Amino acid sequence: MTAGGLKTRSPRLGESAPRPDGIPKVLGEFAFGNDLWADGMLWGKTLRAPHPSARIVSVDIGPALAIDGVAAVLTAADVAGKKTYGLETPDQPVFASEVVRYMGEPIAVVAADHPETARRAVAAIEVVYELTTPLVDADLAAEGTPIHPDGNVFRHLVIRHGDPTVQGEVIVEGTYEVGMQDQAFMGPESGLAIPDDDGGVELFISTQFLHVDRDQTAACLGLAPEKVRATVAGTGGAFGGREDICLQVHVCMLALHTGRPVKMLYSREESFLGHVHRHPAKLWYRHHAKRDGTLVNVEAKLVFDGGAYASTSSAVLANASCFAGGPYLIPNAFIDGWAVRTNNPPCGAMRGFGAVQTCFAHEAQMDKLAAALGMDAVELRLRNVLKTGDAILTGQVLTGAVPVEEVIRACVESPLPPKATGAMLERPGGAGRTADAHHVRRGVGFAVGFKNLMFSEGFDDYSTARVRLQDGVATVHCACAEVGQGFVTLVQQIAREVLNVDDVIVAPADTSVGSAGSTSASRQTWMSGGAVEGACRMVSEQMERNPGASYYEATFEHHHAPTEQLDENGQGNAHVSFAFVAHRAVVDVDVELGLVKVIEVATAQDVGRVLNPLQALGQIEGGIAQGVGLAVMEEMLVIDGVVRNANFTDYLIPTTLDMPNVLVASLIEQPEPGAPFGAKGIGEPPTISSTAAVAAAIRDATGAPVIRVPVRPEHLVFAADLVS
Amino acid sequence: MTDSYSPHPAYRLMVNGEPHDVSDAWIGESLLHVLRERLELPGAKSACEQGECGSCSVLVDGVLVCACLVAAVTVADADIRTVESCGSSQSLSVVQQAFVDAGAVQCGFCTPGLIMAVQDLIDRGIQLPHASPFDELATREALSGNLCRCTGYGRVLDAVARAVEASR
Repeated sequence: MTAGGLKTRSPRLGESAPRPDGIPKVLGEFAFGNDLWADGMLWGKTLRAPHPSARIVSVDIGPALAIDGVAAVLTAADVAGKKTYGLETPDQPVFASEVVRYMGEPIAVVAADHPETARRAVAAIEVVYELTTPLVDADLAAEGTPIHPDGNVFRHLVIRHGDPTVQGEVIVEGTYEVGMQDQAFMGPESGLAIPDDDGGVELFISTQFLHVDRDQTAACLGLAPEKVRATVAGTGGAFGGREDICLQVHVCMLALHTGRPVKMLYSREESFLGHVHRHPAKLWYRHHAKRDGTLVNVEAKLVFDGGAYASTSSAVLANASCFAGGPYLIPNAFIDGWAVRTNNPPCGAMRGFGAVQTCFAHEAQMDKLAAALGMDAVELRLRNVLKTGDAILTGQVLTGAVPVEEVIRACVESPLPPKATGAMLERPGGAGRTADAHHVRRGVGFAVGFKNLMFSEGFDDYSTARVRLQDGVATVHCACAEVGQGFVTLVQQIAREVLNVDDVIVAPADTSVGSAGSTSASRQTWMSGGAVEGACRMVSEQMERNPGASYYEATFEHHHAPTEQLDENGQGNAHVSFAFVAHRAVVDVDVELGLVKVIEVATAQDVGRVLNPLQALGQIEGGIAQGVGLAVMEEMLVIDGVVRNANFTDYLIPTTLDMPNVLVASLIEQPEPGAPFGAKGIGEPPTISSTAAVAAAIRDATGAPVIRVPVRPEHLVFAADLVS
Repeated sequence: MTDSYSPHPAYRLMVNGEPHDVSDAWIGESLLHVLRERLELPGAKSACEQGECGSCSVLVDGVLVCACLVAAVTVADADIRTVESCGSSQSLSVVQQAFVDAGAVQCGFCTPGLIMAVQDLIDRGIQLPHASPFDELATREALSGNLCRCTGYGRVLDAVARAVEASR
């Protein structure tokens, strides 16, 4: 409080504190990676393979080097350290040198005085390819000729739970498919590398996993980790697409080679080609139940196409398999999970991380089972919900908050939107005004999902924070990547709450403090929030012990409870905590044209505790938008390994006209034991079952089976023809 | 190619009321590139360079355009307005304040383009004599050229409602 008493109290936990970066962002002053600039800066650009599968016969960089203004052209031969990298296993080359395994794989990079010069130089590099037949069918990968020395199977995970031979009185079977979704964050990949006098390099990078970027980059550069000083540059969204490195090594190589600062920005096309995507998946299921609807067994085979390199395929498959049955008590199960290598684009992390694909399938199965039983689909779910003390498919007993019944009830009991007015502009087809009112049918669908919070299977994904308190101002230093989710707001709220101060400075996230781990797996509120809380509590204790000190400072490393690896039957306490969610979608469908308009998505979500209501709402609405996108419009079209729509003209994400109203029926606040402030991560659940709910609503409206997302008009029109 | 052709013509841009002389710039540079890389005005963002996402929205002679699709040399002496003209940290514009208050900002990459589009919507709407140019469907149509991947647009639409109310 200032002397005049004019200063207002800054918001604490549980209040809708404003973002500290909000004002710079609305002014256009916030510096994203793309906006960085340094004296004498060069522009980097990547040459990418146009083929999904080829042998590289020769690469001639001579014509590019001859262009006026070109400072460097680098290839695999210039990689000083490790030639490959990867989050789980280092199987991905920094540059392809002998074999091309996916369309868009980097061959060379150029640094030049102007982006146009760099573009011309890239075009001037002469590469002779000998084309080979791409492996593009994931079903054939495991048995096919290996396309990489590590083989074609990233992971084969079998879960045997209870007695998988048990048969139900009622059995339903189905095969489902999920297309390849892209994170499509708005700020394309970007970074600026500045060579240091000591032979190291300073890297400003749009990322979600700073320290692992640093470690992977240093290894490939052949430098000690401390020689790569990395700082999170303003990051325009991430959603999993920045968990792997992309241009990090390239831009540092160019800076070290030329001795000048180098900036690299991906175009939108390069962004689509240059980062991992959500795994496309084929999912076969057989559900067994008693006549009263009690689930007795679930069998499934999951085939996830990981594309050319491993990325996080192993962990994605683990999630898909562990949560394959949905948030239901299933005493017996056999889950046969495969993540395989193909010549399709590499796939890895995207919001929901494996749980999205299986949710679409298990919820379709639950509706199918309800129909077979003649039972209400919500009633069937309520009969089987998980509760605290129940075991999931891995045998892990749930000890925390498990409000599955609560999210279901809150969601279904919320009021439905009003009937369609029939107004032309409100019909499916939007501004195109193509739907006839008498062809429009309304449908309502419902889905439930869950996933783990934090990394699993024995991984210790700790976070670090340093807090300094001086003259009544707290400065928090944490390397957590702010990618839009609002962690910077939460940092201030936590420090104010614990230290009872109003002024909190969030220091730049860089590698001069310990790792905060990845901004993914809905983990930063828990992990880095816990680190900030811990450091603040240490500072508080110092103040109590020594009230007159000129400043106080503490560093805290926050670890979650340890987890186990899964055993040979896929059993084990592999996960830290779980979050549960329900969605109800309402759609209008023109059954003649197959056009879908999503009218509303209602949701209830298990959040532990709401720490910032406005930011929580933003995460929920934004996550549902991505779920709606996967349901009705978003897919990377990959034909014979060739990406056909690497741009926003052809890869469509929801606009204001596509996005329905979101009704938050309830945020279930049951504090989670062991979670800082009782709060669960909230970023991923909105995407998990929203897609499945929209698909169910389309089924309800049309009678079409809807076994694949995204749903296309032909899936509905031809199905309608069959029905009629 | 004739002798009079120069790939690097000199021209003047009028941006936010200030003249900027551009020389030694390649003739093919977009207005977006010149603003961002030559005039130190990075507020307009580059996210698709195809006119699909609206992140680079600016006003040229009062018309909302994607700066990525405009060759800079073709708008010499036009009245160009960018997000940098909208407000200051001491005095946010009504639209900017509404975005902050409504929670319409997450990663913020689309935000400057949206600020321009919403300001344009309000400026045009206020001139209209008939009722409710800001009904929800009209607002959704007006902003459908500005992609946002974080928010799902809910708080953006709330920000528009707040800004319209504050502008009346």
